[in-house]
Amino acid sequence: MDRLLGRSTLRRHLTLAVLGMLVVVVVLESTGPFRNAQFASMAYYGIAGAGLTILIGLNGQISLGHGAFMAIGAYTAALMLQGGDPLPLPVILLAAALVTLVAGAVVGVAAARLHGPYLAGATLALAVAVPGIPVYFSGTLGGEQGLNVRVPDIPPWFADAVFFVTGQDMSRSRYLGYLGWFCLVVTFVLLANLARGRVGRTWRAVRDNEVAAELAGIDLGRARVLAFVVSATCAGLAGGLLALSARIAAPSGFTLTLSLLLLSAIVLGGLGTLTGALIGAAMLTFVPQLVTGLGQDLGLTDVRAAELAPLTYGLVTMLVVLFAPAGIVGGIRAAAARRRAVKTSGTSKEARKDEAMDEIRGVTGDRHPGGGVRRG
Amino acid sequence: MQQLITTVLTGLTLGAVYAAFALALVLIWRATRIVNFAQAPMAMITTYIALVLIDAGMSYWVGFAAALVSGLVLGALVERFVIRHLTGKSEINAVILTLGLFIVIHALAALIFGARYRSFPAPFGLRGFQVGDTTIALTGFGVFTILSVVGVMVLLVLLFRGTDVGLRMRASAFNQEMARLLGVRVGRMLTLGWALAAVVGSLSGLLIAGGGLVHPSYMDGVVVYGFVAAVLGGLDSPPGAVAGGVILGLSLSLVSGYVGSELVPLASLVILMAVLLVRPGGLFAQVRERRV
Repeated sequence: MDRLLGRSTLRRHLTLAVLGMLVVVVVLESTGPFRNAQFASMAYYGIAGAGLTILIGLNGQISLGHGAFMAIGAYTAALMLQGGDPLPLPVILLAAALVTLVAGAVVGVAAARLHGPYLAGATLALAVAVPGIPVYFSGTLGGEQGLNVRVPDIPPWFADAVFFVTGQDMSRSRYLGYLGWFCLVVTFVLLANLARGRVGRTWRAVRDNEVAAELAGIDLGRARVLAFVVSATCAGLAGGLLALSARIAAPSGFTLTLSLLLLSAIVLGGLGTLTGALIGAAMLTFVPQLVTGLGQDLGLTDVRAAELAPLTYGLVTMLVVLFAPAGIVGGIRAAAARRRAVKTSGTSKEARKDEAMDEIRGVTGDRHPGGGVRRG
Repeated sequence: MQQLITTVLTGLTLGAVYAAFALALVLIWRATRIVNFAQAPMAMITTYIALVLIDAGMSYWVGFAAALVSGLVLGALVERFVIRHLTGKSEINAVILTLGLFIVIHALAALIFGARYRSFPAPFGLRGFQVGDTTIALTGFGVFTILSVVGVMVLLVLLFRGTDVGLRMRASAFNQEMARLLGVRVGRMLTLGWALAAVVGSLSGLLIAGGGLVHPSYMDGVVVYGFVAAVLGGLDSPPGAVAGGVILGLSLSLVSGYVGSELVPLASLVILMAVLLVRPGGLFAQVRERRV
């Protein structure tokens, strides 16, 4: 891997990003409007999941309120798209992310002082509370019906550029797919660099041992608030994209269920890993169709068959927590590490020690045997 | 004045229900240091069991008893076959596990009973009592709600203070290792604790449903209010949970009556944050410092 992509972290991530974008172009161009729309929703689930997995896996804070942050981003975008002549979409998405950043900072300052179940309960209250706000201010925020969102026209230069490369005309759902995946790739590169660098090391140090982190000169509160803000901003961006894809921002779209499904997705993928967030997003997007079809074959009505998807997520979440807390990505990494350890018997002791450390931590994030804290 | 009395009486009734739910959370927290977020759907599904029996033509009280018994069984099963396997892992995993259970029970209920709203009967009148010419907001069912919550509290106090089993349960909650050395079957006590908590939770589910509508997510708000009430009382003390429930019921009823019912969850969030940041040990804490 190292030989293939180079040793510099930034170069490796950028190479991966360009490769990823190429895959996106091929996939989006070779599929129809329905799949395009599905990929667009996979992108926003991926972005929100990435933010949440960084917060839980790397910093050890739990949030059940990310659905609420997505709602803030979605309503910001929807409000800015109300007029006849809206701003360009990148500006709107950036604004959605920034407004959520501010909200995340407010919540994060309070959250930084809470732990485990207290933090879970407080963010749970947030998830339940936020959908009530647009109902109360129904004049500006549209009440129960929500705000309809009109997707602006595709910029001609973009349609021309894509036509030049692929020779195909741009449809609206494909445009949204491109937009979502571009945002996802940018977000992932930023988050990957953040997680690899000093900030990420600080977060992990705070997660693993507060006292040691504080002794090493880390400001616990600042590290926690920063992690929360970064995470909430991702959710806000995802919310903006959701409003565009769903063409509506309504309270019913941001129930407690959304926050819980997001959590179960990243638990399955593997907490603390961006790849895991992507796997989780794919699960949230493609599993419903699969199991609903299965349920209909078994003779269930449409409405009841639709409940099979959350049932699957919930069961999988429980099984993962009980039997494989590292999730899919963590499990693969551990298996690979074991194989390496067997090959070079000299390091097997070290590998065993690593596993024991993971076992102690319980929540397995990025593997970082060195794990030391450096003050830069 | 009339509206204030109405609001206060509604608040007292609601407070009793929140108190029952908070009590269920506190019982489990004391025994296993886990906040059981799945308490809400557990209570929801037992209420559905009662509804099915009542719709089949049986009396309200048969359904009522069946819901409590199935709560007992469900609580015991959840502890023995799910929670027991979690020992010794991080506290985030416990939270995620109960949330996974939350999603599962939720989906199961929608799958089995359907996701539409169904009305749930009440055994007593839902019209306010007449005092002179005016109707006050206290209903027959409201009185029943308050009395049954008080009754449950008394029974729990008798159990924990007056019986051998209660003493053993307190011992295993206080120090598992020590209790085990003294011959207490700690595992059984934990199962019993979860079962009892689930019964109290089911009771609160039945009381909220009475005379209203039942839906797979009708308890979702209550888990938040119950949690806030439990934290108001310090999360560790059953009397605190009851007091927290009543205080929260009154405050939320005032918000609902004078500001708007849409903002009730937001008000509970504000109350929760205020308590956690100003008095982390709860309103009645004797210990000065506590890690929240």
